[in-house]
Amino acid sequence: MKKIRMLLGLVILSASGMAKAALEIVITEGVDSARPIGVVPFKWEGSGQMPENISEVVMADLMRSGKFNPIAVTKMPQQPATDKQVNYSAWAATGVDTIVVGSVAPEGADRYRVSFELIDVLRGQVTGGKSQGMSNGKLVDSADHVIDARQSVIGSADFRQYAHRISDVVYEKLTGERGAFLTRLAYVVVRDRNKEKLPYQLVISDYDGENETRLLSSPEPLMSPSWSPDGEKLAYVSFENKRPQIFIQDIYTMARTKMTDFPGINSSPVFSPDGKSLAMVLSKDGNPEIYVMDIATKNLQRITRNRAIDTEPAWTPDGKSLTFSSERGGKPQIYSVNLSSRKVRRLTFEGEQNLGGTITPDGKQMVLVNRTRGDYRIAKLGLENGGIQVLTKTFLDESPSIAPNGSMIIYSTLHNGTQVLSLVSLDGRFKARLPATNGQVKSPSWSPFLF
Amino acid sequence: MQMNKVMKSFIIALPVVTMMACSSGPSEEELAAERNRVAQEQAEAERQAREAEQARVQAEAATRMQRQQEMVEEQKAALKKEQTVYFDFDRATIKAEFQALLDKHAEFLVNNPDQNVVIEGHTDQRGTPEYNIALGERRAQAVETYLMNAGVSSSQISTVSYGEEKPAVMGSTEYAMAQNRRGIVVYQ
Repeated sequence: MKKIRMLLGLVILSASGMAKAALEIVITEGVDSARPIGVVPFKWEGSGQMPENISEVVMADLMRSGKFNPIAVTKMPQQPATDKQVNYSAWAATGVDTIVVGSVAPEGADRYRVSFELIDVLRGQVTGGKSQGMSNGKLVDSADHVIDARQSVIGSADFRQYAHRISDVVYEKLTGERGAFLTRLAYVVVRDRNKEKLPYQLVISDYDGENETRLLSSPEPLMSPSWSPDGEKLAYVSFENKRPQIFIQDIYTMARTKMTDFPGINSSPVFSPDGKSLAMVLSKDGNPEIYVMDIATKNLQRITRNRAIDTEPAWTPDGKSLTFSSERGGKPQIYSVNLSSRKVRRLTFEGEQNLGGTITPDGKQMVLVNRTRGDYRIAKLGLENGGIQVLTKTFLDESPSIAPNGSMIIYSTLHNGTQVLSLVSLDGRFKARLPATNGQVKSPSWSPFLF
Repeated sequence: MQMNKVMKSFIIALPVVTMMACSSGPSEEELAAERNRVAQEQAEAERQAREAEQARVQAEAATRMQRQQEMVEEQKAALKKEQTVYFDFDRATIKAEFQALLDKHAEFLVNNPDQNVVIEGHTDQRGTPEYNIALGERRAQAVETYLMNAGVSSSQISTVSYGEEKPAVMGSTEYAMAQNRRGIVVYQ
């Protein structure tokens, strides 16, 4: 929570860089197959208005995860605030098997007690809410239909973040996989180059587009933001000096360090999983090659040596190999290189081209941009069976970035002639678009887990 | 004897005149000074003439240089109107139709070794941004190589790839994409 407040403080300080959430979400596919859930509006026990509607944020989070379909408030049989008030049968009759109930009560100056319970209404219906279990040889009330119950005292500024925390708990308890609601996005916004003096902007926001903060505005292109594993820094490429240079910027202090200024290409910086190195592409020795730079000493290690284009390095989760795109076979395909043996292996064989590969956090799949019959689509490749499955139907997809829990991919695509961010779940069933209100949005990068 | 008196006075007067002429004639120093003065005047006149000539030559040279600079600027302005070559999709080969255009730039750069250019390489939106940076560099290098083969010094040329980041035409029509796959010769 300390980090949350630090960022909020920063947002207020750089008020000029703050904008109303510019990214909204339009779900285009996949709600029907998702699991129904009831997120009951939290009971407000104070006077006046609640600082922020927590249950609305939780509902939006769960909906956006692609795994849940929260039912409309108007379709709820009742609005209980605690387990004791729940009519299990009435809920079960709506086809919902799990509900979230809670309340918010003021507790002193700018302090609020938020309580919530996650309830299995089907189990509740069976036990009547009064299940018993053995504990130390004795039969005791176990209330095993209450999957989780927590409370916390927070300030009004922390409501959204705490709502994301509740979503994380619900998601993890019901799917067995860690939630990624307390994460951020970095992306580049390009406003009208004919009207704006500083059209290229590097922006970070919460994963849902809220709390948008501009880190940098430039007259020249900004590219390839990527997060440090601690979520506190971004590496990116800036053309502010009329040539590409790689920078690292601290998102809290805003301090910038220029990492490279080599002749030719300085591109695709990516932090290693231990945060100590940057993989990158430099063409100082003639043509684009993959290098690894030690961040502390700026010492460079050349990884590839080939007359063809080598670019788009990405670290395997164990940090021992890099995947990269190369034209050594004629057209761009994805290869991996072991950093100690320098052994190179081709990973993709299907399709005209495969580019921009990243291995999922579990190490089992690779997400990439596949070109088949001229269409550039986001696809995944099973690393064990080698089959490519195209996940999207959008136009000119690029820059896929995977959520740290491996559930969702954010990428850039062309919609009605404008570059927008889009989401697709790793199983391809859920699809959504995040239309921007102003300008082109590209190069999304999903942060690691932050809290 | 009237006559005699006249003659006598002549006889007396003549040597006097002669003596007078002798005693009031210029000394050697005076003559030297006079010669000096004349020489100085001549030298001064010559110097002024030389200076005037020099000034005239300088002025003419300046005018000529200005005219030359104007001509260079005019040539540059003309060249700037035709500074873009276009590429086929996923290609970095200079097409025959753009060779004449590049030849003009090469001739100008060879004749004006103090002129420098940056070659920008650009791509359309297809493919990933990072791959397009590499493709854009290859296009910029293709233009650079063409100019160097035509005699331009490598010290006059540098390259930068903007990939797909600075499209000339927005949108994804075939026309827009064709306009965006380009190399640009930019004078510094």
